[in-house]
Amino acid sequence: MNAMRRGALYLMLTVAALAVLFPLLVMLSTSLKPLDEVTNGSLFALPQDPTLDAWRKAWGSACISGQCSGLSVWFANSFAIVIPALFGSLALGAITGYALSLRSSRWSDLLFAALLIGLFIPPQVTLYPMIVLVREMGLFGSLPGLVFVHLVWGLAFVTLLFRNFFLSVPRDLLKSARVDGAGFLATFWYVLLPLSLPVAAVALVLQFTYIWNDFLLGLTFAGPGRQPVTVALNTLAGSQFGAQEHNVNMAATVIAALPTILVYFLSGRLFVRGIAAGAVKG
Amino acid sequence: MQRVRLEAVRKSYGPTTVLEEISLDIEPGEFLVLLGPSGCGKSTLLNIVAGLEDASGGRLLFGDRDVTRLPPDERDIAMVFQSYALYPTMTVRKNIGFGLKMRGEPAALVEERVREVAALLQIGHLLDRRPSQLSGGQQQRVAIGRALVRRPSVFLLDEPLSNLDAKLRADMRVELKRLHAESRRTTLYVTHDQVEAMTLATRIVVLEKGRIQQCDRPEVVYARPANRFVASFVGAPTMNFVEGRLEAAGDHAALRAGDGLIPLPGLAPAPGLKVGEPIVLGFRPEHVATASAGETGTVPGRVLMSEPTGPDLYVLFGLAGQTITARLPPGTDLPPQAAVPLRLDGAAASLFRPADGQRLN
Repeated sequence: MNAMRRGALYLMLTVAALAVLFPLLVMLSTSLKPLDEVTNGSLFALPQDPTLDAWRKAWGSACISGQCSGLSVWFANSFAIVIPALFGSLALGAITGYALSLRSSRWSDLLFAALLIGLFIPPQVTLYPMIVLVREMGLFGSLPGLVFVHLVWGLAFVTLLFRNFFLSVPRDLLKSARVDGAGFLATFWYVLLPLSLPVAAVALVLQFTYIWNDFLLGLTFAGPGRQPVTVALNTLAGSQFGAQEHNVNMAATVIAALPTILVYFLSGRLFVRGIAAGAVKG
Repeated sequence: MQRVRLEAVRKSYGPTTVLEEISLDIEPGEFLVLLGPSGCGKSTLLNIVAGLEDASGGRLLFGDRDVTRLPPDERDIAMVFQSYALYPTMTVRKNIGFGLKMRGEPAALVEERVREVAALLQIGHLLDRRPSQLSGGQQQRVAIGRALVRRPSVFLLDEPLSNLDAKLRADMRVELKRLHAESRRTTLYVTHDQVEAMTLATRIVVLEKGRIQQCDRPEVVYARPANRFVASFVGAPTMNFVEGRLEAAGDHAALRAGDGLIPLPGLAPAPGLKVGEPIVLGFRPEHVATASAGETGTVPGRVLMSEPTGPDLYVLFGLAGQTITARLPPGTDLPPQAAVPLRLDGAAASLFRPADGQRLN
C-alpha cells in the first residue's frame, strides 16, 4: 500500500518534471543538431550527429545588428549591467529595509506603503516618465542610466524582503546592540546583515533573474551597442534576412539562460532556507 | 559603585500612563529589585534607566551626572535581557567582546578582558561556540559575561532567570548573589518572582499600576507590607485576609468576623484605631499554630485539606466562615473535618483599612 502510494507519487512528480523540462530538452537537442537535420528531421528527434557548431556560431560568429561576433559581446554587456545593478539594489534595499524596520518615526510605515506601490505597477506604465527622468539626468542611452532604472525598480521588492525579515529579529537584540554602543550602521553591519544571509540569497537570485531576463528596460535605456543579451537574442531570432538557423537560435537561447540557471543551482539551498526564514525563528 | 537617583520619572504613551511620578534613591553598591506583576511598569522603568526609552518627564541622575538625555552607551551601564539577546552569528568570544570593540578598545585588551570574565563565569571552554550551540544556562552566563566585561557602574538585569528551569534558576540566583558580593556594583534587577526578590535584594521596590507601593528591605516588605497589594503579592502561599471589626477580648485585641471571634494576643494597639472599626486582618500561614483544647485565646478551625510539601505541611482551615492557610510542622496529624483550636500570633499580624487597603499598624 505504502509502496504503491509512493510509486504513484513519483510517477506524478516525473510527469510534472517532464512537462516542465520538455521544452528545455527540445532546445538542447536542437542546438546540438547540424542545420540540415533541423530542417529535414522531426523537432522531437534526438540529434543523429551531435555537433557543437551551432553553439560556436551562436557564441562567436552569428551576425547580430550587423556585427558578426556572436552573443559574446552582448553577454558581456549583460554582466556589465547586472553586476552593479544587482549589488547596488541589494545594498540599497537592505539598508532601506533596515531603516524602515526600526519604525522610529510614524512616517516609516507610510513610506513603506508608498514604496510598495512600486511593486504593483508594471514598468510599462511608468516607462515614459522614467525615460524623461533619466534623460533629464543626462543618463539616457548609457550604462549608468540603465543601472539607475534597475535600482529604482528593484528597490521596492528588495526593501520589502529585508524590512520584513528585520522586523522578525527580536527587538532585544537591537536594544542589546545599542547598550553595547553600536550605532545605526554598526548594528546593521555587525548584527543584522550577517543574520540576513538567507534573505539576501533570495533577493540575489530573484533580482539577478529579473535583471538578467529584462528585455524592455535594456532595449529602451541602454543605447545601441550596449544592450543586454536578451535584446540581442531577440534580434538574432527575429532576423528577417536569410534562412532561420534554428539550431543557432536554440544554442543562443540556452547560452542566454545559462547564468540564471547557474545562479539558481549555486544558491538553491540558501534560497529555500530564505523563503522559509520568516517561519523559522532563531 | 554609582548612586542612581530618579526624580519624578514619568512615562506615558499617548493617553496611557505607564509610570506615575517615580522617585527613588539607589545607594552605591545596592542590589535593588523592582518587583511586580506583568504590566506594572517595572521593565519600562528599567529601560528608562538604561536609556532605551525616553522618560516623558522627570530626571535621572547617576551620581551628580544628569543622564536623562544620554544614549545608553554614554551612561556606563550594562544590561542583561530576559531573552539573553546574544548575537546569533557571533561566537561567544565576539559576543562578550562586542561592547569593548564598539568602544574602540585595542584587540589585545578585549581578548584579555574576555578571558578574564569567561574564567570568572566558567565559560572559558565555550568561547569559540555560537549561541545556538549552548544550553540555556550557558547562554545566560554569556549574557552576564557580556554585561560584566564592560565593568559598568550600573548593572541592569531584566528578568534574567525567567527562561531557566527551576534547578538552574536557583543555581544562577546564588551565582548572581556571589557576583554582586564580589563586585559591589549598583544593580537594578527586574523580576516578577518574589523568591528572587527576597533572596537577592538589599531593598525591594514593589510596583503596581505604575506606582511604587513599597520600597524597603526584603524582611520589612515581607513582615510589614505597606498595603494589601504588597501583602498578597509577596509571600507564597499568600497571606491570609479576614475582614471584620476590631474588638477587645480581655487584655488583648480581637477580630469579630461574622459570628466568630479571632483573638489576636500580642497585637500592639495601633494609634487612632478604635474598637468597632472595620478592618482587614492579614496574617501569614506561619503565624498560625495549633493549640490544645481548653487553652484560652484560640479560635476553632475545621480542617478542609492538607498539603504536605516535605519541609512543611500546609493545611487549609475553615475559620470564622473564611478559608485560611496555615503552615504547620510536617507530621502533624490532622484528619479532614477535624475541629482544631488555632492560635494566631497577633504580634506578627497586619491590619489594613478596608477602603483603600493601606496598612494601619
